[in-house]
Amino acid sequence: MVKFFDFFLKIKKDKVAFIAFIVLFWLYFFILFADFFAICPDNYSNRTLAYQPPNNIYILDKNNKLKLPYTYNYIKTFNKDNLSIEYKQDRSQKYRLKLFAHGYKYKLFNLFETDIHLLGAEKGCELHLLGCDINGFDVYSRLFFGGQVSLTIGFLALLISFPIGAIYGGISGYLGGAVDKILMRIAEAIMSVPSFYLLIILASILPSEMTSKQRFALIVSILAFIGWAGFSRVIRGMVLSIKNQEYVKAIETIGASKKRVILKHILPQTSSYIIIAITLSVPSYILAESGLSFLGLGIQLPDASWGNMLKEAQEFSNIIYRPWLLTPGILIFIAVLSFNVLGDKIRDILDPKTLK
Amino acid sequence: MKTWVYIIKRILMSLPILFMVTLLSFFLIRLSPIDPLAQMKLNPSISAQTIEQETKRLGLDKPVIVQYGLWLKNFIKGNMGYCTDNTKVSTKIKTRILNTLLLSLFTIFFSWIIAIPIGVLAAVNYNTWFDKLITVLSSVFMAVPSFFFAILMLLFAQKTGLFPLGGLTSSNFSDMTILGQIKDVLWHLALPVFVLTTISLSSLVRQMRANMLDVLNSEYVKFAIAKGVSFKKVVFKHALRNAINPIITLLGFEFAGLLSGAALTEYVFQYPGLGKLILEAVMQSDINLVMASLVIGSFMLILGNLIADILLKLTDPRVRV
Repeated sequence: MVKFFDFFLKIKKDKVAFIAFIVLFWLYFFILFADFFAICPDNYSNRTLAYQPPNNIYILDKNNKLKLPYTYNYIKTFNKDNLSIEYKQDRSQKYRLKLFAHGYKYKLFNLFETDIHLLGAEKGCELHLLGCDINGFDVYSRLFFGGQVSLTIGFLALLISFPIGAIYGGISGYLGGAVDKILMRIAEAIMSVPSFYLLIILASILPSEMTSKQRFALIVSILAFIGWAGFSRVIRGMVLSIKNQEYVKAIETIGASKKRVILKHILPQTSSYIIIAITLSVPSYILAESGLSFLGLGIQLPDASWGNMLKEAQEFSNIIYRPWLLTPGILIFIAVLSFNVLGDKIRDILDPKTLK
Repeated sequence: MKTWVYIIKRILMSLPILFMVTLLSFFLIRLSPIDPLAQMKLNPSISAQTIEQETKRLGLDKPVIVQYGLWLKNFIKGNMGYCTDNTKVSTKIKTRILNTLLLSLFTIFFSWIIAIPIGVLAAVNYNTWFDKLITVLSSVFMAVPSFFFAILMLLFAQKTGLFPLGGLTSSNFSDMTILGQIKDVLWHLALPVFVLTTISLSSLVRQMRANMLDVLNSEYVKFAIAKGVSFKKVVFKHALRNAINPIITLLGFEFAGLLSGAALTEYVFQYPGLGKLILEAVMQSDINLVMASLVIGSFMLILGNLIADILLKLTDPRVRV
């Protein structure tokens, strides 16, 4: 515990790393209480509001007097001249925004039923702070639900791939000889397939009739399957040098079993590398998931992930006329950047060999 | 160890990996529930004879292990079967490989030529504003999803009209002179190469900077400086040569990353490369094409690693198998 506190103090000293830590803390806080921050439920879809722009929030009224924040609804009109749908503000009715407003009902952590949300508006207002996409999904709310997928999928995949990689590399390095050769050739074969090719192929052979939970689980395992090999090679290299140290020889002489030596005495020595590698590989998993969903092979609608929300950006007109659809890309960027910065700092702290 | 002995040993070592890659790709795809000829059977322009030929060629009526043997034998002979649109897989893949190689080689060339000087400069000016700027920039560019960056670049092309909106050639390509054709291709390559270079640049710069810092802090460099050798000479004659070695090892990995990263970039730019081909093949569940491009992609990767290792041996004779 003291060690952990020390560790945290060291991160706190570095301003940039500390900011990254705070950003990540808030991101995970947001997705933990996604329902509280969201305005619309995760299954909300109002097709009549497709591509509605974000509601403008005003704090000054016509006479330039300061008022509590309010907004207007949009009216959809069809422009016959250029055959397009246009949204205009309906200035006849003001709607005030409210903090801790009553909205849709949800269960916090599946335990407490409540309907309190951070933001809301007066009854009758269609509040979409970041507009809607083609299906009439509320972009603002889906950022939170999508984050739940995008930010956890990496960690879950790591939880599978790291133990496998560590044990595999540990066995290979410790036993050596023919076992080592065969095990490493297998790992190299997996590493020799371009990972993204493997990713899309694995994702595409998934049966299409799956519940969203099954699909999520399968994508996690695919990411893990691709990730463990490279990691196992590094662990093997470390084990090769550790196994010749005197303390290992001592344990062997006492008569400890091979399993015990690998799991209890050798692998723990690689823990600081594992911590570094985890923080530095989360971003690549986040990027992989977003790329996969961007192509339509990952998380499927109506479920949200930052990657499949960005799918809308494949339409050229969307980028030009509906820039609010690009917000998930910015969030991916922020999350990945924060993980990278924090990972670098953790490496500096744990690995005294590398220079700052 | 003599260089050529090393090269032969290294080539022999990659043979079992090649074999295992074919095994892996074959069984991954065969395990999927997709009927490999389903798409072909649906296409009315493909005769029943062709389908029968394919069934025979793939040995679909025989056990899986025989199928694998047949497939491998055909593959080595260069017979990869037909796509769903009744063109030969091998001809389709050939042009795509060249396109992807073109993209990757340009990217590797530019990222190396830019990354090495910048990395060295950042390390020599350690902890100055320049170094800090480079560190910040490289982390920022590492965090941008490649497809997002590619989309932004397309937007830029659309707004300014300076660059074409994807593809590899203009519509009037066949009417151009040879010089005009080369110009046209380069013009189309500019944005995808820019996107891929920027992304692979950032990790390369970081690596180069870290290596250079390591070398600059080593005893022999300190000794050389203490002896009065000029700093320039130490950096360029002694330190650089040692700092560059790990980067050469990275070449293989970079190539791997490029093949993967290029898939999304190719997709956004509609660039006719291997990555886009495999994506299309996957979407249409064109099994022959998927399998062939997966194996070819892996071959290219293994070859990339092989070249990197041989280059390393040439620059650093201490390397052993």
